[in-house]
Amino acid sequence: MMEKLALYLQYPFVRYALIVGVLIALCSSLLGVTLVLKRFSFIGDGLSHVAFGAIAVASVLKLSNNMLLVLPVTVICAVLLLRTGQNAEIKGDAVIAMISVGAMAFGYLIMNVFSTSSNLSGDVCSTLFGSTSILTLSQNEVILCLILSVAVIALFIIFYNKIFAVTFDENFAKASGTAADRINLLIAVITAVIIVLAMNLVGSLLISALIIFPSLTAMRLCRSFRAVTCVSALFSVGCAFFGMLISILAGTPVGSTIVALEAVVFLAVYLFGRIRMHS
Amino acid sequence: MALLTVKDLSVGFSSHVIVKGLNFSVNAGDYLCVVGENGSGKTTLMKTLLKLQEPISGQIIKGDSLKDNEIGYLPQQTVVQKDFPASVSEIVLSGCQGASRFRPFYNREEKKLARDNMERMGILSLSGRCYRELSGGQQQRVLLARALCATKKILLLDEPVSGLDPLVTSRMYSLISDLNKEGISIIMISHDITAAVKYASHILHIGDRVFFGTKDEYLESSAGKFFLLQQRKAVYPGDIHFAPGSKAEERGI
Repeated sequence: MMEKLALYLQYPFVRYALIVGVLIALCSSLLGVTLVLKRFSFIGDGLSHVAFGAIAVASVLKLSNNMLLVLPVTVICAVLLLRTGQNAEIKGDAVIAMISVGAMAFGYLIMNVFSTSSNLSGDVCSTLFGSTSILTLSQNEVILCLILSVAVIALFIIFYNKIFAVTFDENFAKASGTAADRINLLIAVITAVIIVLAMNLVGSLLISALIIFPSLTAMRLCRSFRAVTCVSALFSVGCAFFGMLISILAGTPVGSTIVALEAVVFLAVYLFGRIRMHS
Repeated sequence: MALLTVKDLSVGFSSHVIVKGLNFSVNAGDYLCVVGENGSGKTTLMKTLLKLQEPISGQIIKGDSLKDNEIGYLPQQTVVQKDFPASVSEIVLSGCQGASRFRPFYNREEKKLARDNMERMGILSLSGRCYRELSGGQQQRVLLARALCATKKILLLDEPVSGLDPLVTSRMYSLISDLNKEGISIIMISHDITAAVKYASHILHIGDRVFFGTKDEYLESSAGKFFLLQQRKAVYPGDIHFAPGSKAEERGI
């Protein structure tokens, strides 16, 4: 088994995939806690569908690097969704559902009507579940991924205290002079970037899992925000790394293997917590 | 000049006015209690004072060089907070956020300020504990310590004793009263009219009849007499015969 692994690791694209995968997993776990606690998890889900639509358009337009289209579109949608979510609570949910499902429908429609690819359902499947795209990244895409991941991590560290203040109590933060709206905007933009990045790893349907599972797992174990953030980053990186190794060795799809691993870890931690509570 | 002067203020949501024609001022060292029935617009008024929402008309003038980031606020607890994984010290420290502006991390003075305020509130021993595991009274003291990190001048408290048992309630009141004696102005929303007239220096009564004045003036006014009587009737229907050890007796009514 180790020989097989060593053989695979000789290929640069496998090494790229591992590096990019681990970085993406790290990024996506950082904001998970905030998104879960602010009840924003659904925005992540909505955005991933928007990203799917944008990818469809990009592939029809035959852009050499589809991230150049997908990233701005998703960021703009993130900002719009956040606005609606803030202003009208009841309508917010419906708007998100509408935009996300609409984007998905149009995406598939465009792909179907204008597609030049001979393997349409394969394309759709890999966009939805990210089955192979992590292994087919070009060097440019790898570099872009690296830059974006580093930017996300740096922004998160710089604004960590402000993000915490706004997550815990937005009204207090606003009342005592923090520009909460700008921090919310930052959270939305970072979320959008993470989602576009993570599409490569797990595909658009499974992104929410990558964002939410690690933080939910960590929230069961830790008692401070910093510990929750660190532990969820560790979980996410670990699951992504081992998930990718398993998928290489067993030939399973990357995205679903990682998410399945995260779900198993979550379940284990949950049961462990229940047992500890009763004993 | 007063810390806060309110002129002809109307508050509400978009076009729906909840209270109008409010005129009052808060001087340094005042203890203002805002009373009134549920839905009379107490919380809306407070959110307007905090600039969390726009006033419909009228003015809020800040005096004595009171800056926007020098206001301490104790909000009502939200659902999110009840299950929030954060330690006490993290939460108290977040009160320093407004003053730190563009600096990403807290400096030594801010950490000391947080520590001092935890000590002041008697929660220093809890600093590493998780917020969601604390009792209601402890949680309120954590949030009060956080508010104190944000201000040295004025505290706005929204129902600081709701959901607390009588003993903890009276401790909370005396804690707030001590802060007021140390020179911090207090604006507090309260349902508890008896506590309001016991601790406050000024009363703002909002509802069908608006009243603003000192506590003594309030007790003499028709609005005050009527409301006090109403509340006594609501809390103690029939007549007033307290059983030993009842809530009423502990509150010293």
